[in-house]
Amino acid sequence: MTDQRLKEGVAAGRLSRDTLQDNFCDLHPPLDPHQAQVAADRCFFCHDAPCTTACPTDIDIPLFIRQISTGMPHAAAKTILTQNILGGMCARVCPTETLCEEACVRNESEGDPVQIGLLQRYATDSMMAERPHPFERAAATGKRVAVVGAGPAGLSCAHRLAMYGHDVVIFEGRNKSGGLNEFGIATYKSVGGFAQREVDWLLQIGGISVEHGKRLGEGLSLDGLKQDFDAVFLAIGLGGVNALSADPSAWDGVTNAVDFIGELRQSTDLSSVAIGRDVVVIGGGMTAIDAAVQAKLLGALNVTLVYRRSKARMAASEFEQDLAASKGVVLITSASPVSLSKEAGRMQITFEYSDDDLQPTGERFTLPADQIFSAIGQTLVSNDLPALDGRKIAVDATGRTQTAGVWAGGDCASGGDDLTVTAVAEGRDAAEDIHAQLATS
Amino acid sequence: MTSLETNFLGIKSPNPFWLASAPPTDKEYNVRRAFEAGWGGVVWKTLGSEGPPVVNVNGPRYGAIWGADRRLLGLNNIELITDRDLYVNLEEIKRVKADYPDRALIVSLMVPCDEASWKAILPLVEETGADGIELNFGCPHGMAERGMGSAVGQVPEYIEMVTRWCKEAYSKPVIVKLTPNITDIRHPARAAHAGGADAVSLINTINSIVSVDLDNFAPMPTIDGVGSHGGYCGPAVKPIAMHMVAEIARDAETAGLPISAIGGVTTWRDAAEFIALGAGTVQVCTAAMTYGFKVVQEMITGLSDWMEDQGYETLADFQGRAAVKVRDWKDLNLNFVTKAVIDQDQCIKCGRCYIACEDTSHQAIDMSEDRIFTVKDDECVACNLCVNVCPVEGCITMKRIEPGQIDERTGQVVQAEHGDWTTHPNNPMSSQAAE
Repeated sequence: MTDQRLKEGVAAGRLSRDTLQDNFCDLHPPLDPHQAQVAADRCFFCHDAPCTTACPTDIDIPLFIRQISTGMPHAAAKTILTQNILGGMCARVCPTETLCEEACVRNESEGDPVQIGLLQRYATDSMMAERPHPFERAAATGKRVAVVGAGPAGLSCAHRLAMYGHDVVIFEGRNKSGGLNEFGIATYKSVGGFAQREVDWLLQIGGISVEHGKRLGEGLSLDGLKQDFDAVFLAIGLGGVNALSADPSAWDGVTNAVDFIGELRQSTDLSSVAIGRDVVVIGGGMTAIDAAVQAKLLGALNVTLVYRRSKARMAASEFEQDLAASKGVVLITSASPVSLSKEAGRMQITFEYSDDDLQPTGERFTLPADQIFSAIGQTLVSNDLPALDGRKIAVDATGRTQTAGVWAGGDCASGGDDLTVTAVAEGRDAAEDIHAQLATS
Repeated sequence: MTSLETNFLGIKSPNPFWLASAPPTDKEYNVRRAFEAGWGGVVWKTLGSEGPPVVNVNGPRYGAIWGADRRLLGLNNIELITDRDLYVNLEEIKRVKADYPDRALIVSLMVPCDEASWKAILPLVEETGADGIELNFGCPHGMAERGMGSAVGQVPEYIEMVTRWCKEAYSKPVIVKLTPNITDIRHPARAAHAGGADAVSLINTINSIVSVDLDNFAPMPTIDGVGSHGGYCGPAVKPIAMHMVAEIARDAETAGLPISAIGGVTTWRDAAEFIALGAGTVQVCTAAMTYGFKVVQEMITGLSDWMEDQGYETLADFQGRAAVKVRDWKDLNLNFVTKAVIDQDQCIKCGRCYIACEDTSHQAIDMSEDRIFTVKDDECVACNLCVNVCPVEGCITMKRIEPGQIDERTGQVVQAEHGDWTTHPNNPMSSQAAE
């Protein structure tokens, strides 16, 4: 197949299947046993380790690395999974460069941290490939818990509750479980259908049933769930996206980056995914980076990411920014979109420079675009919810909402960063609190 | 001008780095390669008596332990003396010596412990033109079961007797190689000295089981399901070897007896340490077996650069300078008081000093909430554990409390004069108390 990168408009198959396969393989290839040994040898086994403190799920990182270095990856995996049942996915998608690996003391001594993420993946992959599910379900308690949302928070909560012997029903609006793990992560971060394999593996604990196609407001009500179950955990994520302005018609032709990423993840043939020759991405978070990088990997000739504030304010980590730059994405900062026009079927999007307080400077520039992806944040959807704190469900440290018998966690709940690992921690902690509550009721 | 030239018992070599009697020196091919690589001398792998040579196992003969990144730290072997014909070896030795007159070539020997056996082989060796012989009284496995090797080295009277036979029947220097598998190295060294040895070399390998195969429950290396103890060598044995070298160097009876030091020499620094403890040459095996003969180039340039930096022109300029500083514990100055000091600029905040001290020592390091680690002078006994577990070299150091200052731990003023156990009031045998 010839290179189709110069072809005008939006087209599929800009690159050959082989090139696409190369482009979308593992961003960080897994460690083999020898590489894992060498990497594990670098861990100092710190006391009260800074990496563990930096981990939202408090994984005992020095312990699991020592277990790897003594030839026991399965024991290492159990150390990880006890704290974080989605340790396999977190090993792939965690921004380790701003969490555990940023805290690693090897940065001080050599400017190069222990490869904690890759070691975690080595351990969890070994366990999932070679051993049965490592946790056992306690005797059934007869208590029933509803979990709304089969993303990281919901799955984490459901697993911990099932382990304690409670019966869990997960309601999931989409036709597949996994939430953002399945629909929201760049393809090259989770190859080989890992998200589904991990869900299937997690469900081996037993006591969890999943009902797809059900969401609050569509066949489910919070009151109904409260009646039918002993406790409810809401992990509905952020189902909506922020609009570029109050008048959506002015931005007709702009696509949501989350939809593009989801479509890409669900595609079984990347050469059938259409991409523009000139692509503009608006936003400065992980979603914007994931969309921009993948557009480039699909064969877009020019991909420009435009963020309204300075580079330092971008939510995407420096690693992610560098990754985008290395793939050929052009990063423009301190500019906000002001208008969109169409000429001869092509879009022209105009930006205005602005300072960090978003005060416009009056200077403008225009980019041609076959496709424009908007990635300026997601938002909570549903009106059948407990009290909010700002734009999210208000919860306390244990995940309790202001409605008795209802807990919430993950991106839909207040507190914490919107990260997979944070969602897992919140789901786990809410499960602990629900379990304690059910034991006394 | 720095020179590494070595004159050991009149045997000259361009540098003090000799290959020890071992697999790397078993035949002409290897020894020529070693000399081409720059080794100053070679001790040819041990020859046995005339007749059918010994046989080796046909399964694995080495085992090992490793450090980080599978760096080989200790090697063990169950190989015997040369399994090649005596005359083939002798002819090769003669040829090699003729071609490399500037290098030291010593022949290691091990024959049954009777006068006839020794006096039969010595003229044959003499005829090769080799520079001297080394009596293998050290090999701890296999040959020891047949009354040779360490079986001789463990009986000082045998050492003296055989050494004397050799001195009678051989005109060139006789080096006695000692086994460390004894309780006090001074006794075999004194025996060698009494028998007229020109020098001792040590250590030979240490009895060891290097690992157990947990699938088959057998020691490794495993031969058809079982194993035998083997001789242990490599970097791991260096501290044991240095102690034994120092004991001989500072013993009144053997002081001045030339020593060729063996045991874990892997870098120029190891060699410098042995020489400082009194050695005249060093012998190397495991480092060569791990990395090949080229390692000698690092040793030569390293030692020579270090000597130049220090202003030493010859090895004699620093030889033995550490030996005189090896003392009995009772002579150590108890009025020498130090405290650990942590350099906050170098600290990487791993917390290993803290937990080592807190869990296993004197609770003398404080850890703040933001991971600042500081030494509590009123608890610190200066044990040095924090220094040793710290991953950053030089981050924690020991600072002396000057005489006249108060040691916060004891509340006492630090005394200027030397005060050791022999005169300490707590010592019931102290010379003061006896007065």
